[in-house]
Formats: sequence, C-alpha cells, structure tokens
Amino acid sequence: MTDLHDVELVVNGVPRSARVPARRLLSDFLRHDLKLTGTHVGCEHGVCGACTVLVDGRPARSCLLFAVSVHGSVVTTVEGCSEPDGSLGTVQQAFWDCHGLQCGFCTPGFVTTITAYLDENPEPTEDEAREAIAGNLCRCTGYQNIVASVLRAAELRREGART
Amino acid sequence: MTTRTMGEPVARREDPRLLSGQGRFLDDLGHDALGVAFVRSPHAHARVVDIDVTSALDVDGLVAIYTYDDLTDRLAEPLPLLIPHPSLTHGRTPYALAKDEVNHVGEAVAMVVAADRYVAEDACDRIRVTYEPRPAVVGIDNARAATHLVHDDVPGNVAAHMVQETGDARAAIDAAPHVLALDLDVERSASTPLEGKGVYARWDADDRSLRVYTSTQASTSVRAAIAAKLDLPPDRVEVVTPDVGGGFGVKIVHPWPEEVLVPWAAIRLGREVKWVEDRREHFVSSAHERGQLQHVRVGFDDDGRLLGLDVRFWHDNGAYTPYGIIVPIVTSTQLLGPYKPGAYRVEFESLYTNTVLVTPYRGAGRPQGCFAMERTMDAIAAYLGIDRAEVRQRNFIQPGEMPYDLGLTFQDGRPLIYDSGDYPASLEKLKKLVGWDDFDACREQARAEGRRVGIGLACYVEGTGVGPYEGGWVKVETDGSVVVATGLTTQGQGHQTAFAQVAADVLGVPLDRVTVTTGDTRRFRYAVGTFASRALVMSGNAIAAAARKVREKALRIAGEALEADPRDLEIVEGVVRVRGVPTSSIPLSTVAVLSNPLRYAFDAESARATQFATAADPDRPPVAEGEEPGLEATGYYSPPRATFANGMHAAVVETDLQTAEIKVLRYCVVHDCGTLVNPRIVEGQVHGGVAQGVGGALYERMVYDSDGQLLNASFMDFLMPYASEVPKIEIDHLETPSPLNPLGVKGAGEAGVIPGMAVFASAISDAEGFAITRMPISPSELFDLRRQHEEDTAR
Repeated sequence: MTDLHDVELVVNGVPRSARVPARRLLSDFLRHDLKLTGTHVGCEHGVCGACTVLVDGRPARSCLLFAVSVHGSVVTTVEGCSEPDGSLGTVQQAFWDCHGLQCGFCTPGFVTTITAYLDENPEPTEDEAREAIAGNLCRCTGYQNIVASVLRAAELRREGART
Repeated sequence: MTTRTMGEPVARREDPRLLSGQGRFLDDLGHDALGVAFVRSPHAHARVVDIDVTSALDVDGLVAIYTYDDLTDRLAEPLPLLIPHPSLTHGRTPYALAKDEVNHVGEAVAMVVAADRYVAEDACDRIRVTYEPRPAVVGIDNARAATHLVHDDVPGNVAAHMVQETGDARAAIDAAPHVLALDLDVERSASTPLEGKGVYARWDADDRSLRVYTSTQASTSVRAAIAAKLDLPPDRVEVVTPDVGGGFGVKIVHPWPEEVLVPWAAIRLGREVKWVEDRREHFVSSAHERGQLQHVRVGFDDDGRLLGLDVRFWHDNGAYTPYGIIVPIVTSTQLLGPYKPGAYRVEFESLYTNTVLVTPYRGAGRPQGCFAMERTMDAIAAYLGIDRAEVRQRNFIQPGEMPYDLGLTFQDGRPLIYDSGDYPASLEKLKKLVGWDDFDACREQARAEGRRVGIGLACYVEGTGVGPYEGGWVKVETDGSVVVATGLTTQGQGHQTAFAQVAADVLGVPLDRVTVTTGDTRRFRYAVGTFASRALVMSGNAIAAAARKVREKALRIAGEALEADPRDLEIVEGVVRVRGVPTSSIPLSTVAVLSNPLRYAFDAESARATQFATAADPDRPPVAEGEEPGLEATGYYSPPRATFANGMHAAVVETDLQTAEIKVLRYCVVHDCGTLVNPRIVEGQVHGGVAQGVGGALYERMVYDSDGQLLNASFMDFLMPYASEVPKIEIDHLETPSPLNPLGVKGAGEAGVIPGMAVFASAISDAEGFAITRMPISPSELFDLRRQHEEDTAR
C-alpha cells in the first residue's frame, strides 16, 4: 500500500491530524478525510477557484496543493467563514442579501476569496470589487450580484466594526 | 392579511445552507464508496481491437474492471433514443461501454472500480487498449461531403432531414422586389456547469432495492431508465437528485452511460460505488451544443417587410443522437422570433461527426435561430437604409393579433401558437433604456475622439413551459408547517423559494413555514424534468393546484369546527378565521389534526385527534365518504401547449482600432416572462444567461483539430467569461401574463442567452461598417475581417 504521512494542521480553528498518502490533494483531504465538503472542486487545475481556501490567511487553490504540503499551516474553509455561533459571516450574509449565488457550487471559493480580500482592502470601489473576484468562475450569476455582494460585505464589516 | 410574497423579491430560502458549506452536492455524499474511473478513447474514430487488463490486475486496491463483454441483457444494448422523431430516420445511440467501435474522443471503453478514484486512475493507466484508427469526420463541411462515414450504415452522415413550410416561400421570394442571401456560421460551445456529472449508488441486498444519487435534471426518468436497463422493478429503484452545481441542459440527457453502469456495479459488487466526473471528462464525454451552418434567402418589400423566408441549415449532432433532433427543431421554429415571416420554408439536415454528442445547452437551438433571423433583419435594414429598430418594428406580430398561429409544429409536437406578448411595447422600452435614438451622436462623438463604437439589438421569442405535465404535492403538518414536493429537479433556479411563495400564497401561511423538496422520487413519483424554461410554469401551477385543494379541504374542516360556511372563511398567517370575526378562528395546525382522526396519541397534538377527545358524530364514519385522512393533496398541471416569453437586448461595444479587442460598454435587456413570482430570481436568471451570451459571442468555442482531438478541453483553454468580461447588465421588465396558466407565468431560465450572438454581431457590425456572419468572434478574427474588408473595398 502507498506510504502514509502524518499531516497536522489547524482547520477553522480546530487542530486536525490524519495519515494520508503523499499525493492526497488538499481539496480531497478537506472534503473526504475531514468531511468539510463546503470546499468544492470544479476543474482540478486551479482555474475556476471553487476550491479556494485560506492557507495562513491567504487564498490558495486547494486542488493544486497536496495535503502534506500544508502540514503545520492554518487553513480556513467556507465553513470557517461563519460566525462562531454558526450564523452567517459578513461575506456569507452579503451574498444572501444580494442574491449573490444560484446553484451555490462556486460560492465557497468566492466567500473565502472575498474574506481575504476585504482584510486587505476594506473599502473597495465597484471596479475594485469586480477585479477582486475576477479569478473565480461562476456559470450562474453573470457576476452582477457577486460584485454587489463584495460591496455589501464591506458595508457589513464597517457596521460590525462600529457596533 | 398574510404578507403576500408572490411578486416580491424575497431572499432565497436555500441560501444559508449553501453559503455556509452545508450544501449537499453529489461528491459530498458517499465518502466511503468505491471510486470509479473510466478508460476513454483517445481516438475520434477507431475499431477497438483488444483490451488488455493484465498489468492493471495487481494494482493494490483494485476491485473490478468491466468492459463491454461484461455487460449483460439490456445493459448490453445501445442506450435509449430518448426522443424519437419521424424525421430522425437514422438515429444512433452509444453503448454504455464501447462495443467494437469508438466514435469520439472520450467515449468510455472500460470501467474501473477501486478503493478510491486515485487507485482507479492508477489501474486505468495500466489498461492497454489496441485501436485500429479510422478516418475521423470533423466539422459540418466534412460531414456533408461524406467522404468518410461516422456510422457505416448511415449514408451521407445524415441522421435527420426535415422540412417545414407555411405558404410558398420560394415563390414569394422570387416575386419579391428585393432579395438577399446570407451565409452564417455558429461554432460549438457547451453548458459547462461548474459541477460536472456524478453518480453514487447503494444497493440494499436485504430489501432488494437500489438508491441512486445523480446530478441530473430528470430524476424520475433516470429512475425509469435504470429500472429498464437493469431489469429491476421500478418500485425498487429510488433516484435522488442532491444539490446540483448547475446544469444548463447537459444534465437533461439520460441515462448517461455512468448512470446505468455505476448502479449496475453497485449491485454486482454489493458495495457503494461512486463516480464523479472530472473536468476533462466533462469536456470530452458529456455534451456540447450550438454548431450550425446556415443559408438564408429572404424576399422583402420596399418598406423592409418580409414576404418570404427560406432557411436551410446544417446541424452538427456529434457522434450520437440520444436526445433526438430537439435542438435543430427548436432552431427551425423559434428562428421566426417576434416577426411575421410571410411565407416560410425551413429545411435542415442533422449530421453525424466524430465529436462529442450535441444536446440542448441553455437556449437549445434558439441562439442559432435568433442569430439567423436578426442578421437577416440587419441585412434588410442596411440594404434599404432603414433604421434597424424600425425594420423590426414593421415586421412585428402585433399584440392585437395574439394568439398568433405561425402554421408550424413546435418541438413538443404541438402547433406553434404564440399566446401573448407586446413586442412594440418591449421595443419602445428597450430603445428608451439604451438610448437608441441618440446613439448616432454618441457614435460620431466617439469617432471624433478616435474611438470606434457600435450599437446592436436583437429580439427573440422563447417557447417555455412545454408539457407534458408536472405534479405537486402539498401537506399541512400538525405543527402548521407546510411541506411541498415536486418531481422536477433544481440546479440553482431558486425553486425552494419560488415554489414556496406559490404554496404560501395560496394557503395563507408565512413563507418560512413552507419547505420544498424537488427531484426525489421518494417524495414525488411522476415528473418530466427541468428543461425548456418550464419549472415554474409546470410545477408552479401544479403546486398551486395542489395547494388550492388543501385550502378547500382546510376550509371545509374548519367550517365544521367553527360552525361557519366555508365561503365565509379566510386563512391569515396560518389561522383559519371567519372573515370580519377574528375571534372565531382555528389554526391550520389544528385543522391538520382534525383531518386525521387517530386511535393512538404520541404527543399533545395527536392526543387532540383521538377517538375519546373529539365530539364527532357517532353515526358517521370518522373519515367521511370521499374524504382521505390528512390535510394534503396532489395536483397536476398539463398545458395544451407552450407559453411564449420574449425579450429584446441591446449592446454597445467599442472595438479597439489597433488590436480589434471588443469591449462591451453597455448591455440592456427588456424581458417579458409574464407574471413575476420573484423578480430577484428572474433578474438573476437573466444575468446568468447574458453572461453565457457574452461567452458564446466573444469567447467560447470547442476547438477540434482535423483528427477529432478537442484541443481546448480545460478551463485554461476554453474561455468562459470571468467578472472582468461581463458588463453591468441593465434590465427592464414588461409583464404580459400568459393566458394559458392560472399563475400567468412564462419561463425565464434560458432567456438571457438567446440573443447574445445576434446582439453582439449587430453591434460589432455597426462599429465596423461590415456584416459579421460568424460567431463567436475573437479579436484576431475581427482583425482579419477588417483587413479583408479593406482589401475588398480598395478593389
């Protein structure tokens, strides 16, 4: 049988460990070993962005990473973008407010991408919002309401910061 | 009054689950199932001489390898031809696994089942297939030339030949004052949902029952197909459609080979088995669309009014025809759009090529038809020097002429009769929205600035909500909540919200008390599927019918309890009350309890329905004759024919003088899908369609080489629009309710994509000053066309 390797990392604030083959993709590791199925795989070659997770706070395509290569990292998936009480996080709430999703398959990759982006740029213009999501594919929405969701999320963050 | 949600842009009920990573898509299920991978043909056309699995057998974790020779009984026969048609004289369908011959790159040759997908792919790599390549037929020209045949027993590569005519079009054209001819070309594209297909099967050997999860648009029909193919009693097969990551048509085809092979393997092995399509598999083994050559001859008078229209086109149906000739039939009928064609003749050939099969992709033949008609309208306008909007206006069917019989047979076998629409009003709205009449000044001003801009428009009519039927089931639970089920499936259209709005509105309950299930044969057994922009028209009206029955029953039972005439009762916020006497009331939850007389109590609610708790008349049966226990009902909707939505789009583009890059400056939509149940969802549907229209016009094409290799079978090379390629979309609605159904609704799902190619061709032609006849168009193609045009005009 294939050699197995220990992987230890923190996922959504929880230390996790598993023994996996060297070739186990991070996307498959999250989805099938840790059963965090919110991360979706749309193309397996890093183009569509559905599998985007945050590795040490930065967006990364989990279909292009091996699980063993993120040993010791801190990973955030779409499940980790919710509030601790399980309610929707600001980016998720913004998507709900703006009808930013239809089938919902690409959505987790947008949510993680935008979460990291707003940390960098909390007050994007509409053009900046469009640019921020231009590395992710969506086949349902025509992106109109995703752009709106980015702006709405920025607004919700500002409101949250005030309260 | 209960807060009415019909017509309101309420937020979607399904979203919180999907947003927080709690969706359940196909590959989110069955983590412990065996994995499947397929050995697929690398050749477009070849004899399969030998399959040697020897070196795969020692792969650790291998469970089974199957080839055609392992298939038995009906599974060894070709897959079904789903939609036969008299004109489809040479329909051909594939085998679940290739028998002797492969007809496109990607056709499945061997199936491997292993501990997981990784191991299954290891084994696939070690299977040696010996092929004897044969000449590949690629492209419509080669198919027509028929120097080589795709199927030896199909002469001329012609699967179908069909003619429809109303009046004598050729005579009308010959007699017309003006005649034009156009040759047009539309390339291949594909649905390309972000989630590919997938199948997960569980066999219960004790119960002798099969449960199959599949990412489909037609769960009840998949169930029937599996039962037939695997010779199982249909009652022992359940098909459940989980969350589906987009369909856009490709998932209406069924059964895909994998949909019968995976359950078959699960039964044989007594294990859970799952196959999840990867992206490359999706490109080379699912379905494509578009792909037509068209020749149009049109005769018209001095005002630009059509006198005769004669269209011939050649449709590339790929290697097989499991979905019949729906796409070219739709092209041939929906081509007419909102116009009176005078006499009309249309003739098409549907042709085999050694490429992936062609089945409906959002729009389903309409974008090609719209392209032909709208290019023709622009050609007439240019020829006569009349405004393009004006030519269209002069040819419109008028609102007073509805219902309008076009004298043709539509894709559902019914007469093509438009039921409603106000095309002049739609055009007025569009012209106003885009500023049509002021654009000459914009064009001139841009020119003065050294920029080249153009405006285009395109109109379409879309037959939506085709039959035969859908059903709905509605039940009020004893806690007052409402459960709804319908058989058709959901791929992101917001059915959990829109159908709940319909039921909540009829029953007078708050929206958040309603839960909707779709596409699960355990919950609703009769259905057709989600395609042809039909879900709201069909299931919406069926659910409304079921809810009305429930309401009637609730009022009857409440009337007895309140000693009131049911006609004096209303339901407000889930409470039945005497109109004008709010104190005389009974909650729907209690009515549900009363509707189901019980012997046994298991909670406080049910205790109220037991035999010693009620003051029922001891001389009458607890369930009255003709009644059934429970506050539930089933309803069906079956329309006489389709209802016709319509729309008109306008685009403003700028074409770069040096690089010929095409930039979309504005995109405007006027859309009429009848009564709006949820405007927010409708707008979302239009947005998505427009984005696919942008893709189809400017980016997306399947590039086959002459050997039948798909050169761009990845998202790196097949260009779909990102946010940076889709302009801001401006939308205005016109609502002309359909007279054909009680809700007055028409379909909206496909609308946005239909005029995409036509509107961009119109706008680019306007900017450049010569006609665009081929779609999609890339900057380099436009650059070449410019040079060609300059050479032609210099001569």
